[in-house]
Amino acid sequence: MSSRPLANSELGWLAYDPAPESASLARLAPSYGLFIDGAFTDPGAHEQTATLNPATEATLATVAHATAADVDRAVRAARHAYDTVWSATSGAERAKYLYRIARLIQERARELAVVETLDNGKPIRESRDVDVPLAAAHFFYYAGWADKLEHAGFGPDPRPLGVAGQIIPWNFPLLMAAWKLAPALAAGNTCVLKPAETTPLSALILAEILQQAELPPGVVNIVTGDGTTGAALVDHPGVDKIAFTGSTEVGRVIQARVAGRGTHLTLELGGKGANIVFDDAPIDEMIEGIIDGIFFNQGHVCCAGSRLLVQETVADEVLRRLRRRVEQLRVGDPLDKNTDVGAINSRTQLDRIEELVAAGENEGATRYSSSCALPERGYWFAPTVFTDVSQSHRIAREEIFGPVLSVLTFRTPEEAVAKANNTTYGLACGVWSEKGSRTLWVAQRLRAGVIWANTYNRFDPTSPFGGVRESGFGREGGRPGLAAYLDV
Amino acid sequence: MSERLDVRKTYKLLIDGAFARSESGRTYEVLDAHGAFVANVARASRKDVRDAVRAARTAQPRWWAASAYNRGQVLYRWAEMVESRASELADQVATAEGLDAPHARASVGRAVDRLVWYAGWTDKVTQVLGGANPVAGPFFNFSLPVPSGVVAVLAPRDSSLEGFVDAVAAPLCVGNAVVALASETRPLPAVLLGEMSATADLPGGVVNVLTGSIDELGPVLASHEDVDGLDLVGAPEAAGDLAALAAATITRVLFPRGDGDAALRRLRAFVETTTVWHTVGQ
Repeated sequence: MSSRPLANSELGWLAYDPAPESASLARLAPSYGLFIDGAFTDPGAHEQTATLNPATEATLATVAHATAADVDRAVRAARHAYDTVWSATSGAERAKYLYRIARLIQERARELAVVETLDNGKPIRESRDVDVPLAAAHFFYYAGWADKLEHAGFGPDPRPLGVAGQIIPWNFPLLMAAWKLAPALAAGNTCVLKPAETTPLSALILAEILQQAELPPGVVNIVTGDGTTGAALVDHPGVDKIAFTGSTEVGRVIQARVAGRGTHLTLELGGKGANIVFDDAPIDEMIEGIIDGIFFNQGHVCCAGSRLLVQETVADEVLRRLRRRVEQLRVGDPLDKNTDVGAINSRTQLDRIEELVAAGENEGATRYSSSCALPERGYWFAPTVFTDVSQSHRIAREEIFGPVLSVLTFRTPEEAVAKANNTTYGLACGVWSEKGSRTLWVAQRLRAGVIWANTYNRFDPTSPFGGVRESGFGREGGRPGLAAYLDV
Repeated sequence: MSERLDVRKTYKLLIDGAFARSESGRTYEVLDAHGAFVANVARASRKDVRDAVRAARTAQPRWWAASAYNRGQVLYRWAEMVESRASELADQVATAEGLDAPHARASVGRAVDRLVWYAGWTDKVTQVLGGANPVAGPFFNFSLPVPSGVVAVLAPRDSSLEGFVDAVAAPLCVGNAVVALASETRPLPAVLLGEMSATADLPGGVVNVLTGSIDELGPVLASHEDVDGLDLVGAPEAAGDLAALAAATITRVLFPRGDGDAALRRLRAFVETTTVWHTVGQ
């Protein structure tokens, strides 16, 4: 048998006909205002920014750029709602609003999935099967907490913080909105949510859903914009809590800006996750786990398994099978239901990936990229695996946030742990082995907030998610996720 | 007939289980509550901080790897050591805080009881802060509280003993190693506690006690890359500036707050939740 990987062109009998989902399901408006105090502002009243489909570079809609004055209005609306309505709403009633929102997300799931895929570039299979169902599940989970806070282990009467300013990234736009809003509302806070600059649309559909749920005006406000909008929210003295998901670089700035102001803070930042493969790992599942770990959502995942640590004894076999599997990944139209890897979210991100990949080549690592054909328009990057990577290489240290895997090897469990922990990050790691005692031994020693054993990139509303070290602090999901929004 | 001349003690830093003068050779005068000279105390330097943080970093994995039961026994042993030297400690608390003897003695008693309370937490905190998560799918999923690592404590300025015990024992009992900067003006009870820790089977480096200037050493500790957590209880005015320094490496910061349940907040402040997913199958 040839060790050369199969090229897509040799897979003729496996070729699929296109199976596109319909873009028209998105029902997008040409332009959007801000969602403040329960209503959308007039789009014409704001400077408008185009949001693109990264797979085609076509404009999907234009959205308002919220200024500091707009943010101030949103924070005041949230404060007013907190003082007059939400803090007087019982936990049981808050719960029912959240259940309504969960149900409305389920009802509009197909539309939301299409919007997410159009705006973000992720495969429809993922937005349909992961992002949207998990977003609904988060609201459903935290709904049930709203009237049980006294049983959450934070004392007999845990109090909300007040107004939460929430800044979310572009990699899971709707899901991150759900991760932020659901626990905050369940705990009794009101919110000002700032979606990412390149992916504002699903949050605006969510705003429509909040209207349909008849959530009281001002309880959730959504302000679209760029980093200046986020900075205005961080700096606003009327905000009691900042929850930020994004890069460690921005996280440092935010932590310094709110220092000593009495603002509560949680940060979910970058990562450089190690996916550790021992020689007794179940190989089929492990190969799929490596693929899922780094190519899920084009690698735009803070917890991506971007460093593969493979035991030397099986490195050749793992790499051979990995290349073959990478070659089979279907890269292209995100709306196609058979697509595995979609578009890179933005030109900026593509530039960042290309820069780091060039650094990898310059520093002496060996690059292998899928031979897949890439569409001519839009932002694309072929799934890529680097071998001959040393720990000092930039591609082993810096978060690439793209479909690029760096492979390192190890001999002993001690060496695997040392290499896995040789990073300033600490978000997630994977361990692959059939030997439970060794898996747990490794898990005890990894400095990471999430450890997946014989799986990778799994998420659930009941399961706390978040980092240690420079991957941030605070948890989202589960009971610890409530603590982020309670004065405890 | 002449009264016996007493033998005075030189008060030193506790770094890596050893009692050392500051590498800088500097000292400063500590006065009692009425302004009278008590002792020349070591004035730690940036390099002493470096050594203490390095010792804490090295010692922490072993402290955390000890069983929770063992950590509880060690902390309880510390309480025993303090109890057995209560009168000596009470004298220093009286001198530092200007208390009369009965009040100073009562303060020591509360400090001992506090240590016992924390000793009991070591093998409870996992159950209270951790748990199993019922995820949808074939996975066994559990969350465990794990220590942040090295915690720098700027100890309370006024409560020289009880405040110090709270600020140090809380991060310790959940598996952190501690570098504590004692109250600048009332450091001696903390120095004595450090001495007592050395006879309590606390491994060297798990608790390090520095004395010196908070204006000088606070920023060094706050900005230190190997410090994972920072308790600012003893620096309310400088808290904002120190927290801004801590932001450079995403250090966890506990801000001073004037309410009563600080102990539980401290327990939670310097633990991380690690969640492990494991597949379930045949």
